[in-house]
Amino acid sequence: MTTFLELLVNGVSIGAVYALIALGFVIIFRATEVVNFAHASLLLAGGYVVARLHPSIGFWAALAAGVAAAAAVGALVEFLIIRRANTASHGVLAIVTIGVDIVLTTELTRRIGTDVLALGDPWRDRVVRLGPVSVAETRLVALAVAAALIAAFLLAFRHTGWGVAMRATAEDAEAAALMGVRRGRVSMGAWAVAGALAAVAALFLCVFPTPGLDRGTAFAAMKAFPAAILGGLDSTTGALAGGLVIGVTETLVTGYQNDLAFLGRGAGDVAPFLVMVVVLLIRPAGLFGTKEPARV
Amino acid sequence: MEARRQEARTDAHDSPPPAEPRDPPEPARPAGPVRTAEAAEAAEAGLVVRDLAAGYGPVTALRGVSLEVPRGSVVAVLGGNGAGKSTLLRAVSGTLRFHRGGIAAGEVSFGGRRLSGADPSAVVACGVVQVPEGRRIFARMTVAENLRAGALGARGARGRRAAAEARDRVLTLFPVLAERARQRAGLLSGGEQQMLAIGRALMARPVMLLLDEPTLGLAPMAAARIADTVREINAQGTTVLLVEQNAAMALSLARHAYVLEVGEVALSGPAAELAASDEVRRRYLGIGDDPAAPAGGAPATRPALARWPG
Ligand SMILES: Nc1ncnc2c1ncn2[C@@H]1O[C@H](COP(=O)(O)OP(=O)(O)OP(=O)(O)O)[C@@H](O)[C@H]1O
Ligand SMILES: [Mg+2]
Repeated sequence: MTTFLELLVNGVSIGAVYALIALGFVIIFRATEVVNFAHASLLLAGGYVVARLHPSIGFWAALAAGVAAAAAVGALVEFLIIRRANTASHGVLAIVTIGVDIVLTTELTRRIGTDVLALGDPWRDRVVRLGPVSVAETRLVALAVAAALIAAFLLAFRHTGWGVAMRATAEDAEAAALMGVRRGRVSMGAWAVAGALAAVAALFLCVFPTPGLDRGTAFAAMKAFPAAILGGLDSTTGALAGGLVIGVTETLVTGYQNDLAFLGRGAGDVAPFLVMVVVLLIRPAGLFGTKEPARV
Repeated sequence: MEARRQEARTDAHDSPPPAEPRDPPEPARPAGPVRTAEAAEAAEAGLVVRDLAAGYGPVTALRGVSLEVPRGSVVAVLGGNGAGKSTLLRAVSGTLRFHRGGIAAGEVSFGGRRLSGADPSAVVACGVVQVPEGRRIFARMTVAENLRAGALGARGARGRRAAAEARDRVLTLFPVLAERARQRAGLLSGGEQQMLAIGRALMARPVMLLLDEPTLGLAPMAAARIADTVREINAQGTTVLLVEQNAAMALSLARHAYVLEVGEVALSGPAAELAASDEVRRRYLGIGDDPAAPAGGAPATRPALARWPG
């Protein structure tokens, strides 16, 4: 039971981090109808900047720089590629983002090489005991930060002019343009916000108990794709639910790996994709989605 | 980016006949007394469309269309399905590129300012706001959020007070929108959705309103209500360009009217004259063929006129 509770807390925490990534993925899809396969490389870029800068300027400044860098890379991809190609079909643009992902990831993994880069976070490997349950401090911080960011984002999405412009554009881009909404701004804002959220997620994917940022971090980020897709590509609620489902499934399967030996080693890495496939078989548009991925 | 590309294309088509002498490119000449007088005249002019050609890739939808909407007036554009009415409004609002179309030649200006080639947001900022065909309200958002969206591109100071004033005006005009403020817009009836679409456009505090078939699909009562509203909006000082298939309604509202046929202006003139003309009565009001119809009795029979069958 204790193990289960520990796994559950860890699962919810990592799920909240996946939700951050999935949320970015969903807002890009809503604002531009493009499935952004370059999302993992935005995350890697943010994490890389934090890892490189923290020894010289300190952790918090490096984190701010990493968030800003990932936001800037996102905005740049939008400005240089997505916007220019906006007569191309969304399917073509999705493939273009695969190209962007390959270029960015190749360059970053070349720079990282075989190193494992520490991010210099202040929580290190401290463990908190809540009764019989012991949890890494990083997991609790991840949960708190992700929850706060998600709440802030959802409030902004509901109540600010930016949020209204974003939802209006997502629902009917032409009608929104007739209201004077600048589509380029909305879309660039979406990419920048998604990049910033991904950089925060990068931090929490690389802190204890993970050894640090390495070339495998992009793969860890990929697990947020099934989160976004099973939640529904165009649903923010879906991103949250999907992130939690994936995080908890992965952690439980990994935690009980020995009891599930018949599934083979590494079942924890595969489980998110299995869950996604099962959900899509039952609900092709995802748990909360209204648009089927085929629409892409 | 798109806008620039479109403009470049426009210019390329424009270049053979260089800009007409009475319409010099905006910043070319130093401001002098002559220029000032011209500018004042242009500002009075309202919307001016000159020799407009537009289409969608290989499809040409408008050819050599010229029309004027003087400040403060209501002008109607009539025509059947596919005549090019919506294309005309898209060309004014700069939204042709959403349909993979563009302006091939000609010019659109409002108050002397060139709109052709401009971004839709720049057109809204000039005070020209369109209510698109089929209402196109944001069905998944609440009524209040739809109105808020309408104010996003408003001209000048986007202050809270200006937005609140605009909202008061809209809610006075359409009290039902206040009752339904928190409801999802998709749940409104067709007539209410049209009111919301018009109200949303009014939130941008337009100088000129472009209405694309506002009575489409509405019962006669609801259509009459929209007609009254258009009259009221105009009385409050907003210029209106009204696109309609419902010729009877449009001609009763407008001062001047144009008839589009396969992308060209086939007829134009004062609304009363058009309403009385045999051709319009036969083809657009569906009554000319009736030998029993009293000749020249258009004004009297107008309320009973049928919708143009399309
Ligand atoms: N998105 C588009 N792509 C290609 N051709 C189009 C498009 N929209 C309109 N057209 C064509 O342009 C011409 C004019 O269409 P438009 O929609 O402007 O007509 P309309 O007068 O508004 O008709 P309706 O009364 O049915 O709304 C038609 O021949 C139509 O087929
Ligand atoms: Mg039309």
